[in-house]
Amino acid sequence: MAKIECPECGEQIETTGIVTVCAKCEADLREVMEAARRERDERMKTIVRDDSVTTHEFIVRTRDLKKIYIMGEIEVPALRDVDLDVRRGEYLSIMGPSGSGKSTLFNMIGGLDKPTAGRCFIEEVDMAQLDAFELAWLRCRKIGYIFQTFNLIPVMTAMENITLPMIFAGMGTDEMMDRGRELLDMVGLGDRLDHKPYELSGGQQQRVAVARALANSPAIVLADEPTGNLDLHTGKEIIDLLKELNQFSGVTIISATHDLKMIDVSDRVVHIRDGEIERIEHRADIDLEVGGMGE
Amino acid sequence: MLDVEGLAKATGAGGREEIRIQRQISLPWSEAVRISVRNVTMRLGRTMITASGIVLGIAFLSSIWTGGVIEDGLQQARLEQERELVAATARDQAESDSGKTEASAAISEEERRAQSSKRIWLVVMSLLVCGVGITNAMLMSVTERFREIGTMKCLGALDNFIVRLFLIEAMALGVLGSVLGTVLGHLAMLGIFAIRERSLSVAAKMDWGQMLTYLLLCVLIGTVLSLVSAIAPAVRAAHMRPAAALQSEI
Repeated sequence: MAKIECPECGEQIETTGIVTVCAKCEADLREVMEAARRERDERMKTIVRDDSVTTHEFIVRTRDLKKIYIMGEIEVPALRDVDLDVRRGEYLSIMGPSGSGKSTLFNMIGGLDKPTAGRCFIEEVDMAQLDAFELAWLRCRKIGYIFQTFNLIPVMTAMENITLPMIFAGMGTDEMMDRGRELLDMVGLGDRLDHKPYELSGGQQQRVAVARALANSPAIVLADEPTGNLDLHTGKEIIDLLKELNQFSGVTIISATHDLKMIDVSDRVVHIRDGEIERIEHRADIDLEVGGMGE
Repeated sequence: MLDVEGLAKATGAGGREEIRIQRQISLPWSEAVRISVRNVTMRLGRTMITASGIVLGIAFLSSIWTGGVIEDGLQQARLEQERELVAATARDQAESDSGKTEASAAISEEERRAQSSKRIWLVVMSLLVCGVGITNAMLMSVTERFREIGTMKCLGALDNFIVRLFLIEAMALGVLGSVLGTVLGHLAMLGIFAIRERSLSVAAKMDWGQMLTYLLLCVLIGTVLSLVSAIAPAVRAAHMRPAAALQSEI
């Protein structure tokens, strides 16, 4: 049952969808009803419940986040009560030796795995409360993922890889092609549209992955060791690309890494050890340190 | 210190823009078919191996059934010949041989029963063989793509998108593989019998109506088996948490 307004006479009509003409002036209401239905569906499926959420200061918050992996009979704690707030538009690096839990944290924030205990909020929405559809929606539109191993779909061209999330988001073909081209141009691969992943170098593949992560203009880009499989120079290029995106489009970037080059561009660096936040460095402090070393 | 507040405001505007164009998550059938076809054709080598599992299994089943129908046809022809012969002799010696004819008919009845139980055993065996073969082929082709499935889920695919993609693929492979297998098994058996009988008359002697039913049944069984055996691993893979799917290494 929905209340709609007749476009002709302004009469408020309650309808279940069976009656398609206005009771007063007999105007055709199908178009209006369709629009109302679509709007309602969107509202229901929208994780961002209202426009005001975009004013939340913290885009990601975790509270007492805990993850225990069970290996046979041994319980291995990967995260112990992690509290982390990430500001909108921030470039945050999560650093730590391998096995410190940074990838686990990445998975929790990205909604790729469920925490054993504790909560993780994206735009103040508790991820534990989301159903499968809402989670998929979140992954599709709110978060872009970049992986160490690129994870492009091997049978698809660069263009198809980038447009896949747009297909899921229901974008029209023309719009999709335009956006795909735009994104590939932006990462400097405008001439490699029809190349398959195996025809591209590691750095180029990662650029495609960056473009794919941005396909549906996400609010957050999550990167798990984005430079881990790249040489020094290509790694730097990817980092610069991420930083540019962060600065010009204001997308929040959260990157799990142990690449020290990341420190230069990060607003904050969270150091993780044994599943706990050891310390958080701010950019100002780092600049100071680097300056001190230079003298 | 970076102006985080300013950036926040900038994104805020972008975010609102985004909300206006929000639509639901979907995977149109046309796209699903396109992706599946691409998956099949791009990994042609791998696909061939999967398909050959189906082809071989169904070829086995098809050959058993073809052989059965041909043998029936030959036996029928032989029986008729015999009966004609008996009838001809019976005309000469009407009374004396009637007992003998009955005895020979009884023997052939017994023979046939033994033969048919042997054939049922063979059909059951071949069904098992192609069932196991197809299940294994499908299981592998899904399992080796866990990582891809995880990636797709990260990009916003719903569980049923993944299942849909694999079912379309299994359907295509199932139909193609079964048709090919059926034809191969059929032709092979025809060839063997033609050589054994040293004539192509075997084709004329068999019951084509029955043959066609069996061949269609082969295609149907092959398709259904590949669909059914793809469903379980596809559903399992689709339900995996992306983190687990991404970590799997094969």
